[in-house]
Amino acid sequence: MGEKNKKRKSENSELEKILESSRRDFIKKAGLSGAAIIAGAAAIYSGFRHEKAKHPGNTIKVLTEDNRLVEVPVDQVKGYKPGLKVFQTRGREGIKGKKWVMVVDLSRCRNARKCIAACQGAHHLRPYEYHINTLVMQESENTPAYFMPKPCQHCDNPPCVSVCPVDATFKRQDGNVLIDNQRCIGCRFCMAACPYSARMFHWQEPKDATAVSGTEYNIELNVPQKRGTISKCLFSADRLRENMLPYCVSACPNGVYYFGDENEDAVTNGTTKETVSFKELLKKNGAYRLMSELGTRPRVYYLPPKNRLFEFEEPEKEQKI
Amino acid sequence: MSGSFLKSDQNNERLETVAFDILRPVRINRSFILWLIFLFVALAFCLYAYSIQLRKGLIVTGLRDYTSWGMYIANFVFFVASSLVGMLISSVFGLIGVSWIKPVARIAEIIAIAFAAVAGLVIISDMGRPERLPYVFMYGRVQSPIVWDVTVVTTYFVLSLLLWFFPLIPDLAIAKTRFIDRPVFLIKVYKILSFKWVHHAEQYKILAKAVRILLILIIPTALAIHTVTSWLFAVTPRAGWDSTIFGPYFVSGAFVSGTAALIIAMYFFRVNYKLHKYITEDHFEKIARIMVLVSIVYIYFNLNEFLVPAYKMKKFDAIHLKELFTGRYALLFWGIQIIGLVLPVILLLFRKMRKPFPLLLISVSVLACSWLKRLVIVVPPQSHPYLPVQDVPSGWLVYKPTLTETAITLASVILVLIIITLLSKLFPVIPIWEIAAEDEKKEIEQDGKIL
Repeated sequence: MGEKNKKRKSENSELEKILESSRRDFIKKAGLSGAAIIAGAAAIYSGFRHEKAKHPGNTIKVLTEDNRLVEVPVDQVKGYKPGLKVFQTRGREGIKGKKWVMVVDLSRCRNARKCIAACQGAHHLRPYEYHINTLVMQESENTPAYFMPKPCQHCDNPPCVSVCPVDATFKRQDGNVLIDNQRCIGCRFCMAACPYSARMFHWQEPKDATAVSGTEYNIELNVPQKRGTISKCLFSADRLRENMLPYCVSACPNGVYYFGDENEDAVTNGTTKETVSFKELLKKNGAYRLMSELGTRPRVYYLPPKNRLFEFEEPEKEQKI
Repeated sequence: MSGSFLKSDQNNERLETVAFDILRPVRINRSFILWLIFLFVALAFCLYAYSIQLRKGLIVTGLRDYTSWGMYIANFVFFVASSLVGMLISSVFGLIGVSWIKPVARIAEIIAIAFAAVAGLVIISDMGRPERLPYVFMYGRVQSPIVWDVTVVTTYFVLSLLLWFFPLIPDLAIAKTRFIDRPVFLIKVYKILSFKWVHHAEQYKILAKAVRILLILIIPTALAIHTVTSWLFAVTPRAGWDSTIFGPYFVSGAFVSGTAALIIAMYFFRVNYKLHKYITEDHFEKIARIMVLVSIVYIYFNLNEFLVPAYKMKKFDAIHLKELFTGRYALLFWGIQIIGLVLPVILLLFRKMRKPFPLLLISVSVLACSWLKRLVIVVPPQSHPYLPVQDVPSGWLVYKPTLTETAITLASVILVLIIITLLSKLFPVIPIWEIAAEDEKKEIEQDGKIL
């Protein structure tokens, strides 16, 4: 037993020795790191003071591209101008979660042609170059004539997209059919395939070609237009990105157009700014789509021209260029 | 294509005479130079027209938003069509063992090469941005019939070129030893291209095998090029193009225009190269019968294409057909159908009309009508779209080809002529060894009968 205790005692003293030395070590290290912390904190504090002096408390909350809300000092905010690459990427993808639809109320159209003018102004087109045109329609002798605005139908089964050899014209996730005039080779197969004659070709140098030659090509506006390529109605994809109604829809004085998101089941009248249920509107008015028998599944719906508030007037000859 | 060949190269009189006759026109003489100069000067003028189009855009053509495909596309279809004769003569008749086609098979191949090669260029002249042609290969989409067309036309061109060249190798070897008075460069070219051919039996065996593979490959490719070309129209929902028989309709029409082109070439080589002994009246007699056959098949498809929709008269089909039958295109339509199709068949029933010269005249009219027929297929269906054409300049309503456009189209025809000229003047236009071997075979057969 005694031997055992002795042994234990000697072990204890050895342990004490070790502890003693580590204690001393610890105090030394703690002192050193403490000093370092103070110095570091001082440095950070002075840095903070410095930064604080630079931004006197003004921050702004900004929504990032991936929908995060972040705070940014006001004077760090730079104006953002998207370049060609951004235009192309986002232009080809479309706006997430949306399914754009247009409803055209034929009973209200009296051929004011304001939609055409607004469209041609935005897209730098000549008076006889159309993304949208108002046609005089008459089924047969006994049926009444009426005006029919005809934009691109933005088909869900677009014949033009199928035949394009180089992916210049394409269907976006939000339903729009766009054209990339940086890619288009000018074969005009899409024109041949489109049953709605919705496409136009730049046979010559486009209007205002020199005036807009410096600006970056925006695929959602298709400006600057390019000779030897196709152009077409884009449902004003550039305006949709800014939460605005298409050019033609806003320009109409007669409340012909409704435009909106099928997913939300809401369409807004471009003239009255009244928002109604998309499905309700179609249901109440017996809506139809142009040549649905072709299986193109258009995203433009028409409300038949019944109960018109005005007489149909044959357009003047001059308008017919 | 039998693997046999004359046992001895030197001591065969028949080979000597055949080689002498066929190689006689293969030389660079004054008329050849003058003809080439004429072609190139004419080409230069036409290329000037193309430079105008490059500078100003397609506005210089008669094409506009509604009729956006016109003469260029019609010409393209015509070229693809005419190139199909190579497949018909060499492959179809060659594989079923029709031996009389041997002297004209190479001519058919030359036509196929020239038309297929230039067809690709014609398409470029129709493009709004020709400099973006590489995009078709860089960004090509499998869904688009244009991508299919580019693929099969280039394949057909390469196969036709090989089918022309492989049987030519022994001829080049035969010719190089007999080309004493020809320019040095021509002899050199012959020496290089004949790949040290020594007329060994094994070589002929390999050649026969290679040619056979090509003959078989070329049949589906040829059918594909014209079927896919027809699909450029048939896949669209337009009245007049929206047809399920467009593939065979186009292919059968192609044999008509191709045969006509072949007959014209045969006549030309027979007379100008003095090859009466090889391209005989009997050849014209037989090719005339082929012409009747393919024309009747084409008439059959025409009946289907026009009579069936005409019976139903669906709204937009009716508008289209009325334009063709009694409207704006009536004269053109009936002229083509009668002068280019029905009348030739009737005339060719008479033996006298199957003689070389009358047959030449008939073929010229058939070929001209074939070209116009492509215009009638391409243009009218565009002028009556489903929705009315309104508020556009009045000039847009009727397609009128311009002079510039015509000159550019002419350039493609000149290019075809240049290719045919070069291939037929610098190289033997009739296969020497095949003819000599064929003659020998016939002789042996006759000897056998006598014995």
